[in-house]
Amino acid sequence: MTQKKLIIALAGNANVGKSVIFNYLTGLHQHIGNWPGKTIEKAEGTLNFKGYTIDVVDLPGIYSLSTYSLEELVSRKYIAVEKPDLVINVVDASVLERNLFFTLQLMELETPMIVALNQLDITKRKGIEINTEKLEQLLGVPVVPTVATKGTGIYELLDKAIEVIEKGQPTRREAKYGEEVEERITKIVMMLRGVHLYYPARYVAIKLLEGDEEITRETDRLTPQIVGATKELASEIEDLHGQPCSTVITSERYEAAGGVARQAQKLVPPAKLTIEEKLHNITTHKVGGYVIMTASLLLIFFSIFTFGNYTSEILGNFLEKLHPLSTSVFGNGIVGNLIWGGIAEGLIAGVTVALPYIIPFYVVLYFLEDSGYLSRIAFLMDNAMHKIGLHGKAFIPMMLGYGCNVPACLGCRIMETERERTLAAFVTTLVPCAARTVIILGLVGRFVGIQWALVLYVFDLFVIFALGRLAFRLLPGEPSGLIMEMAEYRMPQLKTVVKETWFKLVEFIKIAFPLIVVGSLVIKAADIFGLLNPFASLLSPITVVWLGLPVITGVTLIFGVLRKELSLILLAALLAPIGLQALTPVQMVVFTLVAMFYVPCVATISALVRELGRKKALIISLFEIAFAIVLGGVALRLLTLFT
Amino acid sequence: MSSKSIEDYLKAIYLLSKNGKPISTSEVAEHFKIAPASVTEMMKKLATKGYVKYSPYQGVNLTNKGSQVAQKVTRKHRLLERFLHDVLRIKENKVHSEACEMEHALSDEAEESLCRFLKHPDRCPDDDKIIPACDLPFSTCEECIDLHKKDLEESGKREHVPLSICQLKEGSRGRISFIRGGHNVLQRLSDMGLTPGTEVTVVKSAPFHGPIEILVRGSRLALGRGVSETIFVEAEKA
Repeated sequence: MTQKKLIIALAGNANVGKSVIFNYLTGLHQHIGNWPGKTIEKAEGTLNFKGYTIDVVDLPGIYSLSTYSLEELVSRKYIAVEKPDLVINVVDASVLERNLFFTLQLMELETPMIVALNQLDITKRKGIEINTEKLEQLLGVPVVPTVATKGTGIYELLDKAIEVIEKGQPTRREAKYGEEVEERITKIVMMLRGVHLYYPARYVAIKLLEGDEEITRETDRLTPQIVGATKELASEIEDLHGQPCSTVITSERYEAAGGVARQAQKLVPPAKLTIEEKLHNITTHKVGGYVIMTASLLLIFFSIFTFGNYTSEILGNFLEKLHPLSTSVFGNGIVGNLIWGGIAEGLIAGVTVALPYIIPFYVVLYFLEDSGYLSRIAFLMDNAMHKIGLHGKAFIPMMLGYGCNVPACLGCRIMETERERTLAAFVTTLVPCAARTVIILGLVGRFVGIQWALVLYVFDLFVIFALGRLAFRLLPGEPSGLIMEMAEYRMPQLKTVVKETWFKLVEFIKIAFPLIVVGSLVIKAADIFGLLNPFASLLSPITVVWLGLPVITGVTLIFGVLRKELSLILLAALLAPIGLQALTPVQMVVFTLVAMFYVPCVATISALVRELGRKKALIISLFEIAFAIVLGGVALRLLTLFT
Repeated sequence: MSSKSIEDYLKAIYLLSKNGKPISTSEVAEHFKIAPASVTEMMKKLATKGYVKYSPYQGVNLTNKGSQVAQKVTRKHRLLERFLHDVLRIKENKVHSEACEMEHALSDEAEESLCRFLKHPDRCPDDDKIIPACDLPFSTCEECIDLHKKDLEESGKREHVPLSICQLKEGSRGRISFIRGGHNVLQRLSDMGLTPGTEVTVVKSAPFHGPIEILVRGSRLALGRGVSETIFVEAEKA
């Protein structure tokens, strides 16, 4: 028996438990990729149910179907063009009005749909009671109550989905706007007869009145006279209300959503604050909030680094034992050397440096995100981030940068505009990652004194601030402000956290590992053929004359492009038998400064290319090389002056 | 007490106090570089005229009446700054003191015309502060332009001068009267439920001019200071 194929899309606001439902539906049969040509995640999965093979597509969490962000545009186009067999609209029952605002927009797209009324447990505790039948009747769309975190209602949801697909959608009610708007929508729909766009005619009419960019452009291509006529109609509405037409329509849609919400729900606010609310008040408190944030961040960093150090060493020792094995198979000649020194060492480095830090970092990050604490951190840090032209959300990738710059750059996707993504990515490449921490602590911290290592960290913050501000001044465009929902706190789902970590890890390995391996192969080859020393002497005007470092640092800094901490390990080897103590304290500080800033490692550069394009990645890398060299030289002169 | 000095004092209190919290008389004294005792004297006079609420321990804050006068003067001041800077090309560091003198003489009618003439500027030139809203009953500046083309006499005055939302006290409520800003921000804010006429509650504001937390349509939003300055509300009477 051949199975019939179906496609179901999940749509809804952010933080409504959409991905939890997605996880329940698809288990581990998931695939996370990008939307074609966009840096927006697309999660897909499959399941079998009642003789159907169902592809489930998890659309990005959005608040509206206008074109404010790429996510909104992508979702809208997907529903209209790809026409999934059904859309499941996941709704947070505890914020019904705003969620229904989105539901009404989905209904306008005229795809078969059902509503999953989720988070009913939280809703109940907030003292909100929802009459599901009433809601179903008012919307004309089937409503299935669910508590996704407990798996309640998931089966019923699928069952209802199949029922609607098989029997067709029952007649739904559309959001009615005011008469003055409806009248004009009808006029435009009449005009649109015979004009074929991906979207339903009524939807096009509404969006034309709202002045939607994409739809106006598309319509203009086909029939410019309609666009002219709608502009006229829109300005009539503006005259009536004294407000921009898009605001009038949004207001009226909200009115409709509010009307449905008020009829379907009963409010009995509990006398006491819920635990979630108390937690919210404490964690966003003027003083307490910052104390809690600092303490928890320090604790997180400390435990991740302790854990990372420990595991990294064990893993490293274990993998090094494979060396004799490689020698016995490939010999000690050029081939053997290339295979061990190039490929295997590269892989080992990736495994021992990146993974022990990145995995716990991701786990903690998604734990914080899923619980809702990240948005509180963004709230607390908004003001500080504004100083460098970013808003609070940018603090999140920056934090991630202390683990590894690669996921940090990828994390800059959460910023809304291109300009902010660029700025945030630039700033995160200046954050000292785990590898740079190895250098700072292993060289300066160990031989010059821990207080100097701390000075370097503080100095790094200062550089981030200064360069961030500079970039903010230089980049054209207006900074955009923080507009962010702070969803109610909730218990993080281990399953979601593990899944997110796993997929991010795969992404990281795909981006970083090939480059680390190829890079270390190239450098190893250069080493074998004796090209490194000539290159190092070529760099000596910079390294020796300007920076006052030994010639061999040229070699180590080149290695550092692969992975920063490698430059220190190599330096120790090259300075044998004396070791790192052969350097003067000033040289140590200068070397560390240069290594901190001189260029993001290859993996980070490739992440930058992926997120910002080649040109910006190149500019950032070149700038940082120049900056590090200048800084190192200046530091040398200043430090010798004082010592 | 001349109307000029009343206006100057009210303006100073308006600028010094944040989120409608009371400020101490010594802050005012510091601002004018005069003795605290004479400020206290002044505050008592302003209180009898109903412009401020004053108590020796808590300090002074503006009443609705005082706030209206202060906003009006601040608005005139900043509009004048724009005019002096943009049109008369007077240097940025000089416009402030110049405007300080002229603001008291500018009539309301001239202020409205100036606003339209300057195409409804958002911010003043020297320190980029937001210009308070006018007290005309328009929800957009375009409306003001259009109506002016037809007949200005029709328009009455707003009963309350709208405050920007970040000036509301923690825990107080207001109704959105209008939002300034480009199409994108406007769309985003209204998509999040912030449409004209909507009731919002300010829950708290983060220190050092940080973002504010508001409740709107049952959901909790964080708004950056810059964004919140562009949302104007009519404060609900406590």
